[in-house]
Order: sequence, then structure tokens, then C-alpha cells
Amino acid sequence: MSTVTTASAQPGIRVRTSVVDPATAVARARPHVSLGETVSQTFAMAWRALKKMRRNPEQFFDVTLQPLLFTAMFAYIFGGAISRVPGSAGVKAYLPLLIPGIVAQTVLTTCMSTGVQLREDMEKGIFDRFKALPIARIAPLAGPMMADLVRYLIAAGLTFVMGVIIGYRPGGGVLGVLGAIVLAIFTGWAVAWIFTFIGTMARNARSVQGISMLILFPLTFLSNAFVPVSTLPGWLADFVKVNPVSHLVSASRDLANLGVISGEVGWTLLAGLVVIVIFAPLSVYSYKRHL
Amino acid sequence: MTTAASVYAQGLVKKFGGLRAVDGIDLEVRQGEIFGVLGPNGAGKTTMLKMLATLLPIDAGQARVFGVDVAREPHRVRQLVGVTGQYASVDEDLTATENLWLFGRLQGLRSADARAIARQLLAQFGLEEAASKPISQFSGGMRRRLDLAASLITRPPLIFLDEPTTGLDPRTRGQMWDTIRGLVSGGCTILLTTQYLDEADQLADRIAVIDHGRKVAEGTPDELKTSVGNSTLQLELAPGADHDLARQVVWRVAGREPVLTPESGRMNVPMETADAAADVLIGLRQAGVTITAVSVAKPTLDEVFLTLTGHDTGDADEPGETVRDEPFLEVR
Repeated sequence: MSTVTTASAQPGIRVRTSVVDPATAVARARPHVSLGETVSQTFAMAWRALKKMRRNPEQFFDVTLQPLLFTAMFAYIFGGAISRVPGSAGVKAYLPLLIPGIVAQTVLTTCMSTGVQLREDMEKGIFDRFKALPIARIAPLAGPMMADLVRYLIAAGLTFVMGVIIGYRPGGGVLGVLGAIVLAIFTGWAVAWIFTFIGTMARNARSVQGISMLILFPLTFLSNAFVPVSTLPGWLADFVKVNPVSHLVSASRDLANLGVISGEVGWTLLAGLVVIVIFAPLSVYSYKRHL
Repeated sequence: MTTAASVYAQGLVKKFGGLRAVDGIDLEVRQGEIFGVLGPNGAGKTTMLKMLATLLPIDAGQARVFGVDVAREPHRVRQLVGVTGQYASVDEDLTATENLWLFGRLQGLRSADARAIARQLLAQFGLEEAASKPISQFSGGMRRRLDLAASLITRPPLIFLDEPTTGLDPRTRGQMWDTIRGLVSGGCTILLTTQYLDEADQLADRIAVIDHGRKVAEGTPDELKTSVGNSTLQLELAPGADHDLARQVVWRVAGREPVLTPESGRMNVPMETADAAADVLIGLRQAGVTITAVSVAKPTLDEVFLTLTGHDTGDADEPGETVRDEPFLEVR
């Protein structure tokens, strides 16, 4: 590096001497982004998000601590109470019901932070450059969401590991558990579009957090994630039965406990697709409008 | 197409609520020149630039970049323009190399090519020693240079620079000016905004002066300066002094019409050189005009404005100017 001294002496004036001829550049400029370009731009954005995750390891607190704490907490608090019911077989019998429920809840909570982080990111100067670049408008939104698949994987995987540690023995075997994890990741990615949409709409990161909580809490708790539907009053049971989270939880139980790909899996996939079809275009539209 | 202007805008309008931030601006930037847009804070410079860079929708009027319509084909325009904003638009958590690599990849370069161009640009901008440092450790000047480097990855024929040196210390500012001149010698066209008269003077081939969203003057730096003078003699006439006589003396000695400032008895004389001040003072004494205070100053942006618009830069409250901000008085 013999050029170091000259570089620091006069940093201002050594600039490349050729630019693209305007006529050539105009002729070369394409009117639209192709699908292939969109995909590669999304991957570049995902690379950026992964780099940022590695530089800020505190971003992993929620996906590591929550599965560990919640699994143990719910198992011994609710599990203890449920096992007192006459005829019940104790905490261990509650785990096949509980663990898939916690997987669903943890992954959905994790995808909420997708929206919050996107909003924080959007307020920084770099988004101005993304907007000025000739790239697909969906790439800055979809890239971070792709990177977040890693977070969903950690959250879902750790919950099962923690479950096994406290005595859960999934009847569906390794394949069943893997199936449940993949399904949870897909659903998390789909639902993240809702929070991404909120992220592009809301005034700041804090309000994204607030609105997201308001949506997420009823969805996860008014489901069959923690308690059997049969214990609920009729009007509540009706809501719980149509709640998509319940379908995800039932599908996960079928996969992890029985190794069965049931109709619930189909309903969950359908619900996920519907969410994507509605909220992905809405997010891009809202992002473009806020240019 | 080669003859198309780099930037052509006609009747550009941007409204924010009732405020017309850009109020019918025409602009023509020729290929290979540095065009400076000069104006105070809030004059509408950045808003205008954002419309031309497809970052804000155009409310009325039309704009073309190398003949390509900005509103109709924004994606094509984005491939022709490199934009460097007022605030560093690079990623704080990534290193300089990673930032440039990312922008290269996003614009369709292969990974190895993106890395090669990043290395090349960092060397050209004197940032190679900082190549693997995170941006959070960069100084203000280094950030600006990296920001500019990031706009040059695809070698766009047109660069927009929004206040490229605001907030930089004088030395770093000089380096930035050299860099910008270097770009133009390579065939680039540059449209830059600035609130500094000397910056526009140093860099621009032509200048448009913007005020309250309107273009109030346009010309080469020399043409604009001739209207203001290179330096200004400020005189305070004694109470009861003959203003008309003073004016005649100034006209005879300096060959220029003095500008009366709002405070009565004050008079500004634009001059080519500061030396001419002595001639004016001698002339006034010989004519018997008494003065109580004298100073010689370089013309400021305020004076350009005073001369060009009849009000100074901070004068938003002046009656007649506020009318334009009232939505119910808006004329289509």
C-alpha cells in the first residue's frame, strides 16, 4: 500500500475520469425492474439485515430468552394448575398441548419486531438512498423479512429444545417437529407482512409497537395455544375456533405429536397466503406513498 | 437524444398543504456543466431536487432528465442520476466497503465487480485506510465523501448534490470542491444546491437564485456578481445629509447606483474592488456630504437577495410575501 501517503495528502481530487455517455445511458435504461432483479435485490437487502443482526447481538434477546422463559413458566404455572384437575395426568401430559402453542406465540411475537425494526430503519438516511436507486420498491421491505426467517427458526427451534429438556417427548418424531417448525416459520413470515404494513403506515417505531401489540395479544391468547377449547365458554370458543392462530397451533400439534399432515395444515397455509396476498401489496403501496 | 438537456424542468410546483414550497420553477441544465441552485433555508431547493430525483411526486409542471420524463418513467430516471442527500445516506452498522458493495449489488453488479469498484472508489476518495471501519467511526467529511462515492458506482452521467458542504469545516470543504470539479472533468453533469454564495461562485458555471419557491435570477457567477459587486461599501449618512447629492456622487465616482437599505440614511455601494471605496469617500467629502460610519464588506447572500428581490433572506414576514403562503389566496 504505497499509495497511502498520497491518498491522505489530497483526498479530494483523485476521481475517476470517465462516466457513461448520456445517450448510451438513456438507451440502456430499462423501464421496469425484472423479477430476477427483484429477487437478487431482495437477497442483497437480506444480506444487509443479517450483517446488522450480527453486529447487534442484542437483537437476538427476544428470540432466545422468550422461548426459554415462557416454556418453563407456562409449563409450571398453567401446567401445575391444569394437572390438579381430577383425572389429569400431570404437567408432563400438558406439554404436548403447550409446546406447539408456545411455538406459535413466540414466532408471532418475533414477527412483530420485524415491523418495529423496519420503521426504525426507515427513519434513517439510508432509506433515502434506497428510494433514489433504480431498485424494486418491494426489496427494502422483503429483504429484512427474509433475514428474519433466521430469527423465527431460532425461536421455534429453541422452544422445542426447551420442551424436550423439561420432559416433552414429541410423538411425531424428528420429521414431525421439523414440519411444525417449517409451518411456524412460514406463518411468521406471512403474518410479518401485517406488521410491515403497520411499519410503513405508523408515525414512528413506538406507535408500530403499540398497534402491533393490540393486534397480537388477542390473537395469541384468544386461541387454543394454552388451554383446550372445551374449557372455554361458548361465545369465546366460537372466536377461538375461527382464529387462524388456533389453526396454526392445531396443525403444529398434529405434526409434532402425531406426525400427521392434517387439514389444519391446509387451513394454516391458506390463511398465510391470504395474509400475504393482501398485505404485501398494501405494504409496497404505503411505502411508495410515503416517499 | 445527445442534444437533450441534462435537466429540463418547466413550471415545477410542489404544494405542502397550502404552502407552495416550489412555485413554478423553470430550469435547464446543460450537459457537462455544474449548475448551482442558490437560496436560503426553506427556499425550496431540496424540494425541487427531490422532485427531479423521483423522491417526491410532481404536483404540476413537467421535468425531463436527458429527455426522459421524470413523472412517467421514474425507474429510467433513477438509472441516470446519482443522488447525494443533505444527510449521510449510508448504513451506520456496515463498513465503508460493505456499503459500497451493497449499493453495487443492488444495481446489478456481480459480487466480484461490486467489490472491485468499491475498492477503486475508496482509493479515489482517500478512504482506503478506513475501508473496513464501521461508518459510526467516520468524521463528517469522510461520510460525505463516502456518500458521494456511493452515488458514483454505476457512473451516472448526472449527479445531484444537496448542500454538499453544509456543516463541513473549511479545509474539508475545499477538498469536497476539488472532488466535485474532478467529477465534471470526467464528463459528469452536476446539479447542486447551496446556501453559500462563495460555493456557488467557486463551483458553478451557472447559478439559479431561488427564493420562496421561485426563481428570482439566473446567470453565470460573474453576471450575478456584477449586479451586486465584489465588495460593498456601507455608508451611514449624517442626519440631514443630502441623499440625492450623495447618490449623484456615488454614481459619478463608482459608476453604480447605490442601494438604500430600509434604515433611513444607510447606503450600500456595490464595488468591483475594495479600493474604489477610497474614491467614493473622497468624492463625498469634496461634495460636502457628511458621513457618520463607514465599512467595507464582501457581499453576502443577503445582499444578493436584497439586490435581486428587494428583501433580505430572513424576511418571510414581509407583507406581500406571506400572501403566497395563504391557501385561500392561491391562484391556479
